[in-house]
Amino acid sequence: MKTGRYAGSTQQQARPGPSSELLPILIMDILTYSGHLLSGAWITVQLTLYSSVLGLFFAFVLGVGRVSDNPFVHGLSAGIIEFFRGTSLLVQLFWLYFALPMIGQTLGYDWRFPPMLVGTLALALNIGAYAAEVVRGAIQAVAPEQYEAAKALDFSPRQTMWRIIVPQAVPEMMPSLGNLAIQNLKDTALVSLISLADLAYKAEQLRNFTQDSTTIYSLLLLMYFGMALVVAGLMKLAERYACRWRAGGSV
Amino acid sequence: MLFGIEWDTSSHWAFAVSILPILGKGLLVTLQATVVGFLLAAGFGLVLAGLKGMRSRLVAWPARFFSEFLRDTPLLVQLFFLYYVLPDYGLVLPAFMTGALALGLQYSAYTSEVYRAGIQSVPAGQLEAARALDLTPGRTFFAIVLPQAIPRIIPALGNYLVSIMKDVPILSVVAVLEVLNVARIIGDRSFNYMIPLSMVGLIYLLMTLVAAWAVRKLDERLPKEGIHLQ
Repeated sequence: MKTGRYAGSTQQQARPGPSSELLPILIMDILTYSGHLLSGAWITVQLTLYSSVLGLFFAFVLGVGRVSDNPFVHGLSAGIIEFFRGTSLLVQLFWLYFALPMIGQTLGYDWRFPPMLVGTLALALNIGAYAAEVVRGAIQAVAPEQYEAAKALDFSPRQTMWRIIVPQAVPEMMPSLGNLAIQNLKDTALVSLISLADLAYKAEQLRNFTQDSTTIYSLLLLMYFGMALVVAGLMKLAERYACRWRAGGSV
Repeated sequence: MLFGIEWDTSSHWAFAVSILPILGKGLLVTLQATVVGFLLAAGFGLVLAGLKGMRSRLVAWPARFFSEFLRDTPLLVQLFFLYYVLPDYGLVLPAFMTGALALGLQYSAYTSEVYRAGIQSVPAGQLEAARALDLTPGRTFFAIVLPQAIPRIIPALGNYLVSIMKDVPILSVVAVLEVLNVARIIGDRSFNYMIPLSMVGLIYLLMTLVAAWAVRKLDERLPKEGIHLQ
């Protein structure tokens, strides 16, 4: 049923000109496409949310690990960060999706994971490595007197880190983390290449079907732009929340 | 077989070594796309920075919106847009040029900010001194501001060069034969994805480590007090 509607409404007027009679057809096209695209957008939203949360977890583990005095923890964290920052996201995605199952096969395990899991993991590791550097920078920017005061008050190293240093470092990281959240949203488009039916994938399907590239891709760009604006707004709210204990409000 | 080069499947190591020259061909395309994309990004970014800095709001606001739009939408989608929509309006570019154009456009939003930040980082006292010495605005910009801004701009541009290199694999979706695409084709034909894809990962790691080191060295070598343009 859907198939017929797409074919009927668009194939004849593949390139609606500026004529006023074609405007209603363009609006109908957009409405028709929207349903299909929104189902993909939902996947994109889920993927952005999961990978951002998981990425934030990796960022804190790796970022705190990187400033650790323990040479093993420090080296391991630095190595992981460099690895994921140094290789292209698409290479990581393909590696997890195509190469990992083969390694599993050699070892006798079934490592063929669903695209959603692979996508979330690759995005989270990639953005987490970038965010880990932000976390590290913010932690190192906390005044050294804070460490001395914590030591004078007999806080354990762990208490010092999580109760004194990190709460002061979080407001410093927020602007950069906001940029990275938008970066992550944009990066989710790549999962369409491992056949996860996200927004970009659905648009590609529609285009193959209707050949109406202009409307579909314009709509797609606007949808991503809209989502980026929402993410930016949410991160601003988060920033205000993280800065609430500061005397003068944010930064 | 790819590009007329056979591979040797007798062992993992032999396979890895025998596909190196094939990956090398893909790597060459990756580097070409990186350089062309970077040059476009540097050029467009300069134009965009100029437009965003205009006094006239009629110019500055659309430029800011355009820059924000480029920055907030995925490169993949921009690439699809350029590749499938431009031909509808009579502009047919080869895949490689479309890809380089998409990279250039996306990164121009970032480089325009680099130029702006570089110019703003010049202390206000320098401008006041130039005015006190009665220099013309043109001479102030080219003899005072720009020489001091360049040492700050170049390392930041270098970092974006590395980012562009890591985004080149996205061009594979419009059938540009860059290194990841080549590795995938090898995988399709030899039924072994593990070795070609792992090698691409290692090649990338090596390239970015070298590039990051080079940018750091460049940053150290650039005189912080400025570069004379004469």
